[in-house]
Amino acid sequence: MMDISALPISNIVLFSGLGLILIGLWGMLTQRNMIRMVIGFSLTDTGIHMVMVSIGYVTGKTAPIINDAVPVSEAASLVVDPVPSALVLTAIVIGLGVTAVMLAFVVRIYRARQTLMIDECTESKW
Amino acid sequence: MIKRLFIFIMLAMMAFMFFKLGASYQERDQLGKLGHYYAETGPSELNTPNLVTAVVVTYRGLDTLGEVTVLFISAAGVGLLLRRTRKGADEDEDEDNDESAVIHRPASEIVETATQLLLPMVMLFGVYVFINGHLSPGGGFQGGAIIASGTMFLLLALPESHISRLLISLMESLSGFGYVVVGVLGVILAGGFLDNRIMDTGVYGDLFSAGAIPIIYVFIGLKVGFELSAVLDRFRREQDGAG
Repeated sequence: MMDISALPISNIVLFSGLGLILIGLWGMLTQRNMIRMVIGFSLTDTGIHMVMVSIGYVTGKTAPIINDAVPVSEAASLVVDPVPSALVLTAIVIGLGVTAVMLAFVVRIYRARQTLMIDECTESKW
Repeated sequence: MIKRLFIFIMLAMMAFMFFKLGASYQERDQLGKLGHYYAETGPSELNTPNLVTAVVVTYRGLDTLGEVTVLFISAAGVGLLLRRTRKGADEDEDEDNDESAVIHRPASEIVETATQLLLPMVMLFGVYVFINGHLSPGGGFQGGAIIASGTMFLLLALPESHISRLLISLMESLSGFGYVVVGVLGVILAGGFLDNRIMDTGVYGDLFSAGAIPIIYVFIGLKVGFELSAVLDRFRREQDGAG
């Protein structure tokens, strides 16, 4: 049995993120219900965000916001990398937009065919 | 069955690949070159305590403009996809009648009263989050999302409430336009597109400091809030069958 507390925190987040990516991919590939496929996409998306955040972590450092605990003069030696955080901020918004468009497509397909099952739409495949 | 097997093999291979990647990853003990530069020069150059804001709004401001554009396109795409054409409405007229026969059960009095009480506070909190984006955790996107959650709240509690599409598209366009105007002013008055030093950067840590960053975040917050509200409203109308 591995001692979890010995693992660095960023590795736990990293492996959870990679696991979420796999679960999301599994969902997208095996589920036939379109809403569930969208949920799988969201899971993959969240997993990627977790991986990105964990890569920006620097051992023992704090959030990149200057305050009493992080004086300006020592900022560079006390904070985690702000770039991955900014990237994730962007990625979350883009993920939200993509999810909204996918759900709109699902609504549109449901309106046309009265079903949520992707198997019933095979003639639209090509 | 054979398809399932392929999926399983693919996932197992990906899991193996991810495991190898993760196992060889070493937690960093110091900042990378770029992060170090931002952390060192960001606070003194731009006067922003929140370094993520400095990166999002100024150093990588062009990316953020692209991000806002993507959000705009996705909101427009949702509107386009959920639009009910006259022809389509004729084709499934029977279903339309069925759908419009659904009568909304009004929300309970507790929910309605709580909404009237809490909605202004939720909106105010959203505004607070995006105005303070350069000082504390938060910013335009988060504040906009809070405002949209207020709209969601309104639509859940009072499903019959009307949201003006004209107001939404007007605010959306104006804030997007304002964002680009501030960016172009940066080219004329300061060092480049979206440079925040077009005005006095003020006293470090004050609400009105860090040059154009609060202004840009107000524009982004309004744009994101109204755009997400528009998306929610379109899905709501779809449910009503009256899009």
